[in-house]
Amino acid sequence: MLDIRNLNARVEETEILRNLSLSIKPGEVHAIMGPNGAGKSTLGNILSGRPGYEVTSGDIQFNGKDLLEMEIEERAREGLFLAFQYPVEIPGVSNMEFLKASVDARRKHLGLPEMSSFDFMKLARETSKRVSLDAAFLKRGVNEGFSGGEKKRNEIMQMMLLEPSLCILDETDSGLDIDALQVVAEGVNTMRDGKRSFIVVTHYQRLLDFIVPDHVHVLAAGRIVKSGGKELALELEAKGYGWLEDEDA
Amino acid sequence: MTQSNTQDFQQLALQLAGNQSSAPWLDALRFEGSEQWLQANWPGRRTELWKYTPLQALQRGGFSQWASAQAHTLDDNATLKLEAIRLVFVNGEFDAQASTGLNSSVVRFSQANKDQQAIIADNLGKIVDTKRHLFASLSNAWLQDGVLIHVAKNTQLNLPVYVLHVSTPEAEPAIANTRVLLVLEEGAQAELIEHFVSDAQEQNGFVNSLTEINVAGNARCDHYRINLEEEHLIHVGGVHIHLHRDAQYHGFTLAEGSKLKRLDYQISYKGRGAQGNLNGVYLPRNQQLLDYHTNVEHEVAHCTTSEVFRGIISDHAKAVFNGRIHIHPDAQKTLAELSNKNLLTSDSAEVDTKPELEIYADDVKCAHGATISQLDPTSMFYLQSRGLTKTQARTMLSFGFINELLQDLPQAAVREYLHEHLANLFAKENLGL
Repeated sequence: MLDIRNLNARVEETEILRNLSLSIKPGEVHAIMGPNGAGKSTLGNILSGRPGYEVTSGDIQFNGKDLLEMEIEERAREGLFLAFQYPVEIPGVSNMEFLKASVDARRKHLGLPEMSSFDFMKLARETSKRVSLDAAFLKRGVNEGFSGGEKKRNEIMQMMLLEPSLCILDETDSGLDIDALQVVAEGVNTMRDGKRSFIVVTHYQRLLDFIVPDHVHVLAAGRIVKSGGKELALELEAKGYGWLEDEDA
Repeated sequence: MTQSNTQDFQQLALQLAGNQSSAPWLDALRFEGSEQWLQANWPGRRTELWKYTPLQALQRGGFSQWASAQAHTLDDNATLKLEAIRLVFVNGEFDAQASTGLNSSVVRFSQANKDQQAIIADNLGKIVDTKRHLFASLSNAWLQDGVLIHVAKNTQLNLPVYVLHVSTPEAEPAIANTRVLLVLEEGAQAELIEHFVSDAQEQNGFVNSLTEINVAGNARCDHYRINLEEEHLIHVGGVHIHLHRDAQYHGFTLAEGSKLKRLDYQISYKGRGAQGNLNGVYLPRNQQLLDYHTNVEHEVAHCTTSEVFRGIISDHAKAVFNGRIHIHPDAQKTLAELSNKNLLTSDSAEVDTKPELEIYADDVKCAHGATISQLDPTSMFYLQSRGLTKTQARTMLSFGFINELLQDLPQAAVREYLHEHLANLFAKENLGL
């Protein structure tokens, strides 16, 4: 599914990722944890192709293709999805129009016909219900005036509509109350089908109570300093990150 | 530009104007216009009202003749689809075949009966402020024909009036003049849609368009003015409105640019309790220039103004927006708001914006503001990360920037026409980027 080898990356002059390697098989859920400034969000941004991040060396294969050679939209059409930590508000652009354009782009790439407006409307309404988002939100501007929790649920709704093969959740739990957290986690869990893979970037163990990972990696100072099973998250919750940085040093 | 050149243009235009034939009862206004036009100082860089908009293109235009109606081929898709009283003008000349539904409320000046002539004489040239709109005096000077829309007391037109102005290239560069007078008596209502288009990319005309609107007490006017001519056309236009007691004006204007396009709006409050709403969108691209000047004169108390203009400036284009609201000493309890937002989609695009509030009364509530921004890179990334191409993302963001003003237009025919036209425009424009 995803194979990251010896990745080095920087933003302007600052080295963010150092010799990072990570391999994800279909159906796996990997949690990436780590202290502030460890490079967790950078990983998601690089995978999705955000401008401003420079890969200085290394290689990323996505479903057997060279990910770094692809444009941002190609990555999305190939099935990579980044749920934003801070989803953008775009007033004036209707959420429904935006969602339909995204889904049509993905379908076209897969060789499927565009959906009729009627069918799409139906699908969008059903999907919004699954994330407990009132269908009225579909008619508003993209994320316009949405609360923090509504924005995150809108991200999960997009993920459901686009049916990507690799989902990256960038601190989707930040700013969520416990109810919204459960909605988000349920959404993710219903999408776990043994083929779809997830990278869950988070600060806190809390989210991993609901989305149980297969692997947990600790990122510190731009590299993976420890990997383990789901029990590693509990250990981190109890001990903090300090001991790992000491161990690494 | 030398002094002699500028005088040349004034002289030439006047000479052409003098050759026009019109009804004798319009002579007084023509004479007054000629005098004003000839005596006016030609605007230059130091003329505040024309500071950012040089007139060289007009002076170099070589407009040596008056436009004559020529055969034109206008695509049906270029016009609005609606049931309306429809008047078509080609280079300023009335096209009887293409026009339909004229009735006793809608006549050309040349066909006006005695009563209608009296209404024209009472209003024509009286609503326009020639001091702030130089080209109005030229319009008066060469007045040949025009449209009178007169709605009697407490009545309303059952259909909108759709005035379509088509520009078509002439053998030699030519000048066309268009004139509309809308007079609403007390409690009357009307909807006027003015639409300017051209039939081919190559254009060599200069259009001087002037619309005067008098809205009497308790009357209501809904007005759309859409300028979508090709970029080789020069257009100077003016809309002047008088609002009397408790009158309402709801205006919407949208324009693409050209090598020289200048559009003036003036709203003057003559009676208390009147309300003026004006929303506008300007979209210059390529090397175009587009200048909107609006002026609102709050002469009396208890009136309300809401004005919102949005501009998207692309490529090497330049936009000018000057929005002035003048609150006279007697205009207590005025409510006035003016907002202007600009989106520059290229590094070489330019906008000169100047919202001006001049307040001489002490019990008023006024606000004004202007912003200039670029396409937000985070929004671009967000849309692309969902599979949209750069072109799609730009189109969507450009459209989103002005959509707020479009989506609430009450006239569905205008709304749908513009939605389609602009979606095509943005998609085409962004392909090259």
